[in-house]
Amino acid sequence: MTQGRTDGFVVFDRVQKSYDGETLVVKDLNLSMPKGEFLTMLGPSGSGKTTCLMMLAGFETATHGEILLDGRPINNIPPHKRGIGMVFQNYALFPHMTIAENLAFPLEVRGLGKSEREGKIRRALEMVQMGAFATRRPSQLSGGQQQRVALARALVFEPELVLMDEPLGALDKQLREHMQFEIKHLHDSLGITVVYVTHDQGEALTMSDRVAVFNDGRIQQLARPEDLYERPDNSFVAQFIGENNKLDGVVETIEGQRCTVRLDDGTLIDAQPVNVTRPGERTRVSIRPERVESNPDRLAADSHLIDAEVLEFIYMGDTFRVRLRVAGHEDFVMKYRNAQDQRRVAAGDRIRIGWRPEDCRALDA
Amino acid sequence: MALPSYASPLQRVWHYTFRVLCGLIFFFLIFPILVIVPLSFNAQDFFTFTREMLALDPAGFSLKHYRDFFTNPDWQLATRNSLTIAPVATLLSVSLGTLAAIGLSQSHVPFRRAIMAILISPMIVPLIISAAGMYFFFSAIGLQGTFWGVVLAHAILGIPFVIITVTATLVGFDRSLTRAAASMGAGPLRTFWKVQLPLILPGVISGGLFAFITSFDEVVVVIFVGSAAQQTLPWQMFIGLREQISPTILAVATLMVALSILLLATLEMLRRRNERLRGLTPA
Repeated sequence: MTQGRTDGFVVFDRVQKSYDGETLVVKDLNLSMPKGEFLTMLGPSGSGKTTCLMMLAGFETATHGEILLDGRPINNIPPHKRGIGMVFQNYALFPHMTIAENLAFPLEVRGLGKSEREGKIRRALEMVQMGAFATRRPSQLSGGQQQRVALARALVFEPELVLMDEPLGALDKQLREHMQFEIKHLHDSLGITVVYVTHDQGEALTMSDRVAVFNDGRIQQLARPEDLYERPDNSFVAQFIGENNKLDGVVETIEGQRCTVRLDDGTLIDAQPVNVTRPGERTRVSIRPERVESNPDRLAADSHLIDAEVLEFIYMGDTFRVRLRVAGHEDFVMKYRNAQDQRRVAAGDRIRIGWRPEDCRALDA
Repeated sequence: MALPSYASPLQRVWHYTFRVLCGLIFFFLIFPILVIVPLSFNAQDFFTFTREMLALDPAGFSLKHYRDFFTNPDWQLATRNSLTIAPVATLLSVSLGTLAAIGLSQSHVPFRRAIMAILISPMIVPLIISAAGMYFFFSAIGLQGTFWGVVLAHAILGIPFVIITVTATLVGFDRSLTRAAASMGAGPLRTFWKVQLPLILPGVISGGLFAFITSFDEVVVVIFVGSAAQQTLPWQMFIGLREQISPTILAVATLMVALSILLLATLEMLRRRNERLRGLTPA
């Protein structure tokens, strides 16, 4: 990156956070995002992602380091003076106010006149297709409707930065997927900058420009969804994003972008070196179930093929899922499309499988 | 709760015994209060039911004790005192108690439990000890025998009720609401008045009612801390019992019971309203 460390619309500069003064919940966080970006903080619970969001919102203070918004350090600015919109997981609508009163709240704080307020409220509610509900109370709406109102309320005062803390966590799957697209469209059409926190990787991949994968208080990888899925930097990301088969072994040869790995049971496989640099190093290789190939004709002639025994064949409609015993592991999964030319296998079959070396990444052990 | 058809004879017996027991407990609790109501309409100056009253003869009943209460200057002074001291003390209890409860509900406050215990202690420490302590303390700072002395003493007694009810309401209060208000630009004061207070109001009001009743019914502390000019209704009743056993006390007691029932009914209505508001709010 050619930018300096403190360039960018939202910047975390060497931020640390500790609640008890001993253990760090966030360890040395550096992050810079440009204006207009949709960035998702993804990670298991306790990984520090929500703490980061709360520090940005101003509800938690950073123990060390600086947070900058539009070039301005905001560590010492109280939350109500930061001008950041926020959507909460439980919606946080004021139960004693109607929908219109909820939306009027941030506008009244800013001293807007009545007619100006009404115009903005109407436009914001129409934006989320809730125009007909202005006089209802939050308790009279369904979860999805409440979340739309919460979204409208966070946007009605036109903040440049909007934070979302697992906003779709309480909705059912179908509604969640629908709302993902709506939020994404709002982001595109309004040009706002969004920091989104979730533990749902599907959500992160669908919506984001970039995803920061958190674990153990650090960003494990910050990349576009495609890079994250196709080219994970380390074992944690490989295991956390999507489904991955993992095999442990020792690097035998390395030649540029290609290496061979001797698995613990003696089998030799092809892989791409990512976190390994020299032969003899221990590694964990990771390969996506959909990139495992059971038809040797589709692989290069010199590919290493390995023996596998089918343990289970699962029919999933559009795909088949096959559980294999490979190199002593019984949880190796292969997935392929339900297509005319694909042969079905049955439990007990012995097959030969392989993969393109670039699909199999040799990561840290 | 109907008896299921598979109940054994023993269960049947217990089922009915249980109901009888409950009825007896209710009777034990309520009867002493109810019995003063007809007695207060006694035409005689006695604390007993006369033969005419038992025969429901209209001649046995009269409103003369009520008349005495509304015309006697001693009772009038006491009523005025009670009706000025109780509201002011309540206002103080509610303001201080609510602020204390909000402060003590924040997790970062050190020694929360200890502070809470100290603030609640007037409810637990025997009243006579509090009263004696306040007497000496208020004498030393010149508050003994003054209106504000009695008000402050009653406020101290009322604060624990407010703290307890407001703390209970705050348990169900969603912290993200105040955060949401802050994210929309509202400062702490606006957030308190527009968001937090309206939502914890039922707790504040029921605490206030308890504080009011405490001050209104209180007799021990006021005797210590007050002087003749601060004679309240319970004090006057106490004197009445000691010096001239007049059924006017029964009339006053009936009126006070009526007031208490009125206040408790208000309390119950508020509680229901609160439940309705909360029951519809998603957790």
